[in-house]
Amino acid sequence: MVHAFLIHTLRAPNDKDAGFCRVLYSCVFGAEKSPDDPRPNGAERDRLLRKEQILAVARQVESMCQLQQQASGRSSVDLQPPSSSDEPMSLHDAPHGAFRLAAGDPFQEPRTVVWLGMFSLGFALVLDAHENLLLAESTLRLLARLLSDHLRLLAPGTSLLLRADRIEAILTRFLPHGQLLFLNDQFVQGLEKELSTAWPL
Amino acid sequence: MSSTGMERLLRQAREIQDGELSKFCARITKLLQQQDSGAEAVDALQRLLLILSATKYRRKLEQPCMNLLQTTLCSTTAPPQLQLLCAAILREMAPVEGLALTCEQAHNSHTLSLVASVLLAQGDRQNEVGSVGRHALQLLEARPPEGPGPRLLLPVLSKVVSLSPGILPEAQVDLLHRRLVGWLRYASTQQGSAQLPGSGFSAARTRQPGLVTEVDGSVATDFFTVLSTSQRFTEDQRLNVLVFSMLRTWLLLGLPAGLTAVEADDRSELEGSTQSVLSAASATASRLLPPQQQLRAGAFEYCQRILEQSGRRALRRADSDLQKACLVEAVLLLDLLCRQEPSFLYPTLPCLKALLGRLGGDPKQARTLLPVARFLLSHGEAAAVDSEAVCRHLFTSVPAELFPCPMLAFELVQFCRDSLHILGPGLGLLKPSFPNLLKLLAWHSPALTSEFVVLLPSLVDAGTAVELLHALLDLPCLTAALDLQLRLSPMTSEWPLWDISLRPTSCLEGFRDPHFQPLFQFLLRSKAAGSTLRLAPLYRLLQPLAGCARVFQCAQAVPTLLHAFFSAVPHVADAALMSQLALALLERSGSLFPVPQYEDRVHRVLSTQLLGLCRLRPALVVELARDLLGFAGSVSGIRSQEPMFTAVVWAAGEYLTVAHDRRCTVEQVTRFFEALEALLFEVTQSRRSASPPQCQPQVITVLMTTLTKLASRSQDLIPRVSLLLSKLRTLPVGPGDEDTDAVRTRATELTNLLKMPSVAQFVFSPGPEANSSRFHRDATTALPLALRTVSQLVDRETSLLPA
Repeated sequence: MVHAFLIHTLRAPNDKDAGFCRVLYSCVFGAEKSPDDPRPNGAERDRLLRKEQILAVARQVESMCQLQQQASGRSSVDLQPPSSSDEPMSLHDAPHGAFRLAAGDPFQEPRTVVWLGMFSLGFALVLDAHENLLLAESTLRLLARLLSDHLRLLAPGTSLLLRADRIEAILTRFLPHGQLLFLNDQFVQGLEKELSTAWPL
Repeated sequence: MSSTGMERLLRQAREIQDGELSKFCARITKLLQQQDSGAEAVDALQRLLLILSATKYRRKLEQPCMNLLQTTLCSTTAPPQLQLLCAAILREMAPVEGLALTCEQAHNSHTLSLVASVLLAQGDRQNEVGSVGRHALQLLEARPPEGPGPRLLLPVLSKVVSLSPGILPEAQVDLLHRRLVGWLRYASTQQGSAQLPGSGFSAARTRQPGLVTEVDGSVATDFFTVLSTSQRFTEDQRLNVLVFSMLRTWLLLGLPAGLTAVEADDRSELEGSTQSVLSAASATASRLLPPQQQLRAGAFEYCQRILEQSGRRALRRADSDLQKACLVEAVLLLDLLCRQEPSFLYPTLPCLKALLGRLGGDPKQARTLLPVARFLLSHGEAAAVDSEAVCRHLFTSVPAELFPCPMLAFELVQFCRDSLHILGPGLGLLKPSFPNLLKLLAWHSPALTSEFVVLLPSLVDAGTAVELLHALLDLPCLTAALDLQLRLSPMTSEWPLWDISLRPTSCLEGFRDPHFQPLFQFLLRSKAAGSTLRLAPLYRLLQPLAGCARVFQCAQAVPTLLHAFFSAVPHVADAALMSQLALALLERSGSLFPVPQYEDRVHRVLSTQLLGLCRLRPALVVELARDLLGFAGSVSGIRSQEPMFTAVVWAAGEYLTVAHDRRCTVEQVTRFFEALEALLFEVTQSRRSASPPQCQPQVITVLMTTLTKLASRSQDLIPRVSLLLSKLRTLPVGPGDEDTDAVRTRATELTNLLKMPSVAQFVFSPGPEANSSRFHRDATTALPLALRTVSQLVDRETSLLPA
């Protein structure tokens, strides 16, 4: 099962003064059990912890992506979309990978993160430790493609801030409550048609 | 939007003041109270969500606003867009104390699904998880109207059991099991029909949708599964997809807690009989089975169907990827089923063997082989032979050919790491395959270093430890060689996998040069060779690649890996091996691939580890006295390998005594003394000449201290060392020259100590008992007394010295 899905900024490998890594959207599917804490403001602390956990994941994904880009000798140019291309971008060549997070660092349980970089955005799924990674990887690619198509991320001047309702609509259909789904191509097409009907572009 | 635009928006959201936020809340309250506020309300809620999520600190919302968000969420008339945003806002704020939202307020599945997403994010402080689970079950049981009810509620249940395993009440879960089997095994095999507006009765008749198809286009031959395609899908088909997707989680965690004990008793009766094998394996055969076993039987049949379907040639690439994912899931499910009910093992093994034969040596299927290998290893005895063959394939050919794929590398290393305890004889296959595994690490060092730190100690074996040490030190070299290998082999993907910013033509020529062939072949070997080749000739050849990013990243990982390696050494190394390792450290400190900063970092690690080895086995110093002397005896060593030199000299001072090894002779001590004396003289001479200091004061002080220690053991040497020390006490000190000052102070201290030879011997060569803490705690034993006396004497002496 998926514990969290997040989208964050992805700075180019050599761009030192581009600010910080920002989490642009995150959705946690069910919180880890809070410890019994007699001190006041426990809820506030839990929320703070959760936000910091997500940020930690985002930073690590960004760093992994930058290192991978550097290692392949690719500069920031490749993270930008092709300027005049109508072809769907082949996400199989986008930088991607996985890494493990040990228990306590930063989540209570050990978790695995699967990530993908596209158009200076990083997408990541935080999974339970022994999840079907082939399925997680293809789900992540699917989500990235859907978000790119339905939020028109390629078009200049759009962003995914202030578009959370659409992102939620996509997640409800394709990753309900963090459940990874085995969807064949035609099934996906069917769900997409429903999505376009309910949420017209 | 550009990144600066986004940054600005986020900053605005973070910096909005509390007063402004209250006004905004009031506006939202008004908008939500209106019936048809439409786009304006949506826009306002989007902004509120951004404000709340832009900061990690809590923002307080006015209570009326909070209440209205919750009521809108549960209202049946609110537009879905608003409900989604309300849920997202409440979830973003979670956990919230005093949340009034409860499951009772949700009257249909759609609303409960949204409410659940909020309540499950509260951290289960008030047993929300159990409450959500119970309500979801209740709604599922309610007289089912046609509609998406189960489809919305099953993911909720899946999440509930994964957060709190075994929390659902048994009776209701049993009822659910029967329905799950129904959706899993008896979904319609007809394609869904389109809603044709205004079609007459006859038109509907003639437009019969056909049967669903397989991924290769042929008509379906058996029951519906996730690999069945169709133009349109019916509701029960969609449920079929959902149930299979959550099946493994459900079988693992969805069973009520008390049931497993009862199961165990039933199982032992079932195990022996063939009758039970047949009935357990067929859901259709016996509806009289208890629901759980029905579900397992259904799952088993589904997996077998998946195994069959995954052999078909899919028409679309996405479906082909799905086949692989389904295959992995099916094998994982079979593993789980066989663990829960051993009677499934008998019919499963032939299927898996057939699967192995099919997947065989196909490189594209490498990732799907991993769960198969794991299955064969877990259910050991029945499948012993096959597990060795597949392990051999996984450890030898797969890494050598497929190392550039990041996901495969990660999964393979995870497999090794997680299977250590069940590898059994496979461990004997894993250990010698370390050169292959290191290829994965060399190529993907950032992602895999932490995995290898855990895995490495298990790879350390007495027979191959020295070779492994050399391989670790040559890891950056391996990265460079792999890059060259990729450039010269036929391209298997659309994008080049090597570093495209470099064009190392000279290296490529060298790679093809027969003169360097044996070295490259050794470096790129798949199995431990049992011996080591010195790769120094390759360093110069590969120099142009030493600065490339991947090599640099790998070089940064090596120190950590060396520490992990040496943490395992005490467990496997005997005296002979430790000597060999120490010699290897000495040798390699002068022979490393020249990546920037690599040598410095590795030198520090090597010197620490050398001292560690000496501490473990002090007799090492006496045994290797000649080699240590050879290493320490040259001035060039000081300049280029200072940490190592310091370590060697210090070790000699500490451990070259009879107390640690009876074989230590006076001649050995004297030889060391003379060599170090000459060195110290040379070093301080060059220091005296006004050129900038050639070496750190630590080097000088360690030389002085060691010489003093050696002299304290062989008293004839005391006059010589006293002479040396007196010269050092009178070194010229420039203004602000702390280094020389430190040297002079140390020289003075040592001289004073030497004035009392017996005390000196005690202080400098206390013998191994001095390490026991009792020696230090007990105020009446000699050492603390001696130290107190000495420090008093030294203080007195310094006050008497001329300024």
